Amino acid sequence: MIEINGVTKRYKDKTAVDDLSFEIKPGQVTGFLGPNGSGKSTTMRMIMGLDAPDSGSIRINGRGYRDIALPLSEVGALLEAKAIHPGRSAFNHLWFLARSNDIPRARVNEVLQLVGLEDVAKKRAGKFSLGMGQRLGIAAALLGDPSVLLFDEPINGLDPEGILWVRNLLKGLASGGRTVFVSSHLMSEMALTADHLVVIGRGRLISTGSVDDFVAKSSGQFVRARAPRSKDLHDLLVRHGGQVRQEPNGALAVTRLSASEVGELSGRAGIFLHELSPQAASLEEAFMEVTRDSVEYHGSVGPGPFVSASSASTSYPESRN
Amino acid sequence: MTIATPVSPLQTGQRYRISTVMGAEWIKMRSVRSTIWTVTAMTVITLGGAIVAGLTIPGQWHTFSANERATFDPTNTSLKGLLIGQLVIGVLGVMVMSAEYGTGTIRATLAAVPNRPLIVATKAAVFAMIAAVVGQVLSFGAFLLTQGLLSNPAPHASLSQPGVLRAVVGSGLLVPVLGVFALGLATIIRHTAGAITAFVGTLLVLPISLEALPASISHPILNCLPPEISQNMGSVVPTTGSGWTLSPWAGFGVLCLYAVVTLGIGAWLMVRRDA
Repeated sequence: MIEINGVTKRYKDKTAVDDLSFEIKPGQVTGFLGPNGSGKSTTMRMIMGLDAPDSGSIRINGRGYRDIALPLSEVGALLEAKAIHPGRSAFNHLWFLARSNDIPRARVNEVLQLVGLEDVAKKRAGKFSLGMGQRLGIAAALLGDPSVLLFDEPINGLDPEGILWVRNLLKGLASGGRTVFVSSHLMSEMALTADHLVVIGRGRLISTGSVDDFVAKSSGQFVRARAPRSKDLHDLLVRHGGQVRQEPNGALAVTRLSASEVGELSGRAGIFLHELSPQAASLEEAFMEVTRDSVEYHGSVGPGPFVSASSASTSYPESRN
Repeated sequence: MTIATPVSPLQTGQRYRISTVMGAEWIKMRSVRSTIWTVTAMTVITLGGAIVAGLTIPGQWHTFSANERATFDPTNTSLKGLLIGQLVIGVLGVMVMSAEYGTGTIRATLAAVPNRPLIVATKAAVFAMIAAVVGQVLSFGAFLLTQGLLSNPAPHASLSQPGVLRAVVGSGLLVPVLGVFALGLATIIRHTAGAITAFVGTLLVLPISLEALPASISHPILNCLPPEISQNMGSVVPTTGSGWTLSPWAGFGVLCLYAVVTLGIGAWLMVRRDA
């Protein structure tokens, strides 16, 4: 269990995290989503006691990080892959960490086996690929068999087999009752891995809830209905509280009414439906939707003329006349 | 998934302790090559200097003036190489700390042991122990090599002569003290190049730049800087300098102050700063 209460962190002139509060519960994978520069890593470093918040408090299993007697047995973290001395072997990196927390040497070999690095344990970490670095970081996180685990972008640099492995690992850890907190900017990955989501943008909390709620709440979810008497259907649904938008191909996009409600209403009114389908927004779309206003670094869309009308809220000065 | 659960139940202690953290620092120190390379470089420089002095001085003796012969200090001569060796132990002291920051290992270290003053203290202690052994081995090694090689007409010293044992043991003791001073600088500066510059600046550049000042101002300061202190510690025949000088052990105390103060500031800053 991690509790974050009103945490704010400023770096010189920039507010990285702004009055952030949320809880991370045990027994589930909590995904931590946000665009680049939204404060995910800063938040994780503060949970680990590495950076100090300017205000607010963070408690892990009811205590501040610095008050934990045997940190590796309570909290494990992968914060940066390859935050390892390049001249030190994987074994020695894990062995000094284990030694500091009185963890037996045998456990080092055990976690090396768990992450599949036993064959390169004596090799210098500087020769490791990014994926191997991630595996070593995960091994370090698992070293003390902690009840709370943090992973900052754990699948970066992993091959498909490694991604699947991490996904199953995270789920397995959570199902064993552990608190698992994973940051990612890959929504699709979180859709497959996370049970619960915390979404931040520009250091502020945007949304928190289950993955299903997150998708449902976003306006991307709607019911598509198509009928020959499109106008009649439109009026009928609006009368019953639906919000209806005409799609370019003639179908109606209905929100605020479920598919079954649309079906029953049209049936009673004697309007034949040619199509009735619930449309779920992907997590990706839902994420884009909620973070649209808080993206720190927009990619520029090239010069003027080809920007689509909907997104061209900023007007481009006409300088060519 | 079998991956999720530990293969065997973990039997760990209750709390991290000074002994476990020192054990961890020892593993770190011995598991990187820079440790063995810097100690090797220091050995070559120190003992090489001692061998060269022992071999060349007898042949040059006839060129020495009467004054040079009267003030010839075979003990100090044998320990000259160690003065350059001091620079190398400084580099190792810096790297022991700055490599943690340069590679990001510091975050793993502090996640495992959030007590930052304890990290600074144990790191300094483990490094000082290694440096102390290296210092004694090299000062005795250099002394014995040079004295064994010095032949007629040049005189040689023995450990039973007054002041000689103090010079040899004391010069060796300066090695861990200067090393910890460098480690303290690195804790404050957190960058290898910057910390090495500060260390070399204090040992080499500062004394030279002070020469520009009037002697009444520069002399007391120079007396409290590492080169003069090392020179006093390693000398048996008093140098014919003007004015007061610190006694060898008073100078040693001043140098310990350098180390303790920089380390203390470094630990204080580490507690206050984000890692």
